[in-house]
Amino acid sequence: MFRNLIAFPLLALVVIVQSAVISHMTLLAGYADLMLVILAAWALKAEASSAWLWAILGGVMVSFVSGLPWPVTMFGYLFVVLLAQLLRRRVWQAPLLAMFSVTFIGTLIMDLFTLLVLNLLGTPLPIGDSLGLIVLPSMLLNLLFAVPVYVMIRDLAQWVSPAQEVE
Amino acid sequence: MRNLFGRYLQTTIIFLIVGGILFLAFGGYLGGASRGLGSSLVGIQTWLSTRYTAIQDFLAAPRDIATLRQRNAELESEVSRLQGQVIELQQKVDERDILAALVDFMRASPESTYKGAAVVGRDPSPFLHYIIINRGSNDGILRGMPVVTNQGLIGRVDAVVADAARVQLVTDPGSAINVRLQNADTDAVLVGSVTGDLSLDMISQDVTVEAGDVVLTSGLGGGYPPDLIIGQVLNVRKLDFELFQQAALQPAVDFARLEIVLVITNFRPVDVEPLIPITNP
Repeated sequence: MFRNLIAFPLLALVVIVQSAVISHMTLLAGYADLMLVILAAWALKAEASSAWLWAILGGVMVSFVSGLPWPVTMFGYLFVVLLAQLLRRRVWQAPLLAMFSVTFIGTLIMDLFTLLVLNLLGTPLPIGDSLGLIVLPSMLLNLLFAVPVYVMIRDLAQWVSPAQEVE
Repeated sequence: MRNLFGRYLQTTIIFLIVGGILFLAFGGYLGGASRGLGSSLVGIQTWLSTRYTAIQDFLAAPRDIATLRQRNAELESEVSRLQGQVIELQQKVDERDILAALVDFMRASPESTYKGAAVVGRDPSPFLHYIIINRGSNDGILRGMPVVTNQGLIGRVDAVVADAARVQLVTDPGSAINVRLQNADTDAVLVGSVTGDLSLDMISQDVTVEAGDVVLTSGLGGGYPPDLIIGQVLNVRKLDFELFQQAALQPAVDFARLEIVLVITNFRPVDVEPLIPITNP
């Protein structure tokens, strides 16, 4: 129970690493979204209630640092958790496949949602350029991060909830 | 008496024999024999010496290897420490160069007051071009203040907390700045893009714009002070059927390597929104 409080320092550290390190590791104009990958892995391994809390906390922390409107990050991460919860029940025998699927679909939906909201708010973002230079490279980088993050989060989930059976 | 004479005779004969041999040797008559003897002796000594040295090395070697290994480890550690020191000093030299350039810039523009800040991060979203700096409201930073380096304008403060601020770069797709082309003496609008490239829009078809023209802030709109350098025109796109010319811009600042920036603290942006007339349908 109390071990769930690890979310505060961990997610704060993730935001710092994302802002200071990951944002420099660019592929074309895109870079990985470490928070998304971590939330996806957590939602696949941990209890459902804590996954929702982690998503809200992650959304708040990222929107505090980012210039994106806060609903984008908040609803984006909540959608990722929802997707992970759905896939967890259906693809429970192949957790890595579920992780890749959540990362792939989650990145795509979140980036398209961001693109839509920013265009609606008056920031001119050409769809073609954004897809080719940001969305697809970011997705590739997220998929590269998916396996190591999944392994770490699996161990963390076991530490937070020792009684829970972890595949 | 006879016995004494015999002993003298014996000694004299020995002396004579030895003296004779020496005489023959110095005279060169025993050359072959002495060379053979000498080389045999040297050969024996060499053989003995070599074997002795080998045995000595064999007996002493383990201790030497251990000593050498220890010494090697010490030297490797020393090299690592010195390499770390070199990197640290190099960073300090780089930082000093940047600070010296910024101080020169501040002296060249004494009309403004500046607050130096280090760039500590970038926006977590790749769609936006923002940076995070380590100065906030505690240091007198306010929203809207322009941010520059010694090379030129980089953006303006978008959000502030106590000890940090978020700066919207001029390369951000949502950024639009009123600028002036120095040589052509005309106004235009500078816009950012997803890729971080800068372009000029709304350039009148009547003016002649050439590559290399310097682009400065115009101060129109009250968002930025005038005459801050932004970059140079790279190429111009002029089509007769379009209302305005467009141009690509080479920024003066390398946005990929921002480390230390200056916030102009004595500039307050003017909000011109209330002055824009509302057109009723």
